[in-house]
Amino acid sequence: MAEGKGVLVLGEVVEGKLAPISLELLGGGKKLASDLGEEVSIILIGDEVGKFSSEAIFFGADKVYMVESPLLKDYQIDSYTSAIEKVVQEVSPRILLMGQTFTGRELAPKLAFRLGVGVSTDCTELSIDPDTKELMGTRSVYGGNARAIFQTLGQPQIATVRMKAMSPLEKDEGRKGEVKTIDAGITEDVIRTKVLERGKEEIEGVKLEDADVVVSGGRGMGGPEGFKELQDLAGILKAAVGASRPPCDNSWVPSTWQVGLTGKIISPTLYIAVALSGSSQHMAGCSGSKTIVAINKDPEANIFKEATVGVVGDWKQIIPPFTKKIKELVSG
Amino acid sequence: MAVNIIVCAKQIPDPEAPPASFKVDPNTNKMVVASSVSSVISPYDENAMEAALRIRDKQGGKITVISLGNKLQRDVVKKPLSMGGDELILLDDEAFEEGDAWSTAFALTSAIKKIGAYDLIFCGRVGGDWDQGQVGLAIAEILGIPVITIAKDVEILDTKAKVTRLTAEGYEVVESPTPCLITVTSELGEPRYPTLMGIRKAGKIQPTVWKPQDIGLSPSEVGAQGRKSTLIKLFQPVKEAKCEIIEGENIGEAAINLALKLREIKVI
Repeated sequence: MAEGKGVLVLGEVVEGKLAPISLELLGGGKKLASDLGEEVSIILIGDEVGKFSSEAIFFGADKVYMVESPLLKDYQIDSYTSAIEKVVQEVSPRILLMGQTFTGRELAPKLAFRLGVGVSTDCTELSIDPDTKELMGTRSVYGGNARAIFQTLGQPQIATVRMKAMSPLEKDEGRKGEVKTIDAGITEDVIRTKVLERGKEEIEGVKLEDADVVVSGGRGMGGPEGFKELQDLAGILKAAVGASRPPCDNSWVPSTWQVGLTGKIISPTLYIAVALSGSSQHMAGCSGSKTIVAINKDPEANIFKEATVGVVGDWKQIIPPFTKKIKELVSG
Repeated sequence: MAVNIIVCAKQIPDPEAPPASFKVDPNTNKMVVASSVSSVISPYDENAMEAALRIRDKQGGKITVISLGNKLQRDVVKKPLSMGGDELILLDDEAFEEGDAWSTAFALTSAIKKIGAYDLIFCGRVGGDWDQGQVGLAIAEILGIPVITIAKDVEILDTKAKVTRLTAEGYEVVESPTPCLITVTSELGEPRYPTLMGIRKAGKIQPTVWKPQDIGLSPSEVGAQGRKSTLIKLFQPVKEAKCEIIEGENIGEAAINLALKLREIKVI
């Protein structure tokens, strides 16, 4: 196979808009592409995706490849893999990036194994080796206890990127780009699984993954009652409530609240960690937070190694006056 | 309908062990795990085993567990048997060491082909050591069977699997023809504890051990030599304890000072 060129990004549409991760990939992909002196392009898949192409260009795409078919209206792993495979064959990119989302994390390995190339998942940093032009992907391994830099073999080099690990470019409506339609020739027979039902998770308040501020509790909360106090604090800060693994395992809170490698991976601006020790597993889910605040009675707890500010003491004595003061400050 | 199930279960160092027990040796670029850390079955693989057991409990059938590694500890890899598995196949050889998702999936697939008939293959959604989440998808792609990832509930209706999987918005219910491969998440529920009877039964089961040549592979196709990714560098960023501890006359005042500090640094 001839040497590929350019960085190709898989676009995702969520709730009628290009997903934030897709804009981040365009931003990160543009940087890699300029290091290579090449272009960044985006794949848009669906039944009608033309309306997103100018947005993609405004956020940095030099080219937009549209794959449209009524069969691609809803996401399905087989049809979407075939659609991306077709674009890769036509475009021969050097690098293919997807988000570490529910779709990207299954599409990227599936496609890689179909194409016979390697893939690095859940990368938090990407760079180009200036000598070899190879893609280097940095990711967390061993439950957050170490980091690894991987290089994959074969072309394209495929990687998935964690949400908020990269920054989108400023939207520029003056940017120009080319839009091209690719016929992937998707037929019914490639689609093997059928979605019978889709449902939304009912959440009160702010969604954990989207929240700018998150208040989390750990084992030291001692039971479900303590989380009510955290919910009051969260309400004032328009924050979401999270938890480390023990409260979820003990059914004090729903398992969907779990932050960590085996739960949700989030990067809020402010993360308030209450009565949690800060295990590697947990930190792997929130270490991208801009500011971490620790409240823990154990001054040796690992969370104090991760936090910017903190108070040593029993949360039961700290949270009520803290919440009261926060309320004054926020409303004042 | 009796169901033939294969479960892939990996032996790893206990990921819940204290962070200080994981040290990278910069000379070899390898993770050195303190000898005090015990080996366990990767947590999501136990969820995968639980999913398999629930189906067999309901419909009957057989569960074959496969583990791949080098010098696998029998007491660890037998745990899925003591949970209720029927057979254990160990791909146990030094040639399997230092593999990546590619070489691991390739070897597991060769073993699955040798086993022959199966209706379902279960894997955990991601391994608790390298955290890549690739092997299940790889096996399905190599075998050419449908794959459903991140499942929290699995039912078998005739020749179809009905799977509830997590999505960004919540969940979806997916129907797939069998055979298919399903990766399982912890939302499925706690894996059962082995019973005394289960442990006794597992003790009597002799695992089948296969070397690369037993599954038609040469040592150059497995482990480190079969990789499609290169580990350039393994490292542990140094964390400086830079946390500013907020104090006060008493704990209540420290709490108020913390709130004031957050305003001062403009995070609230």
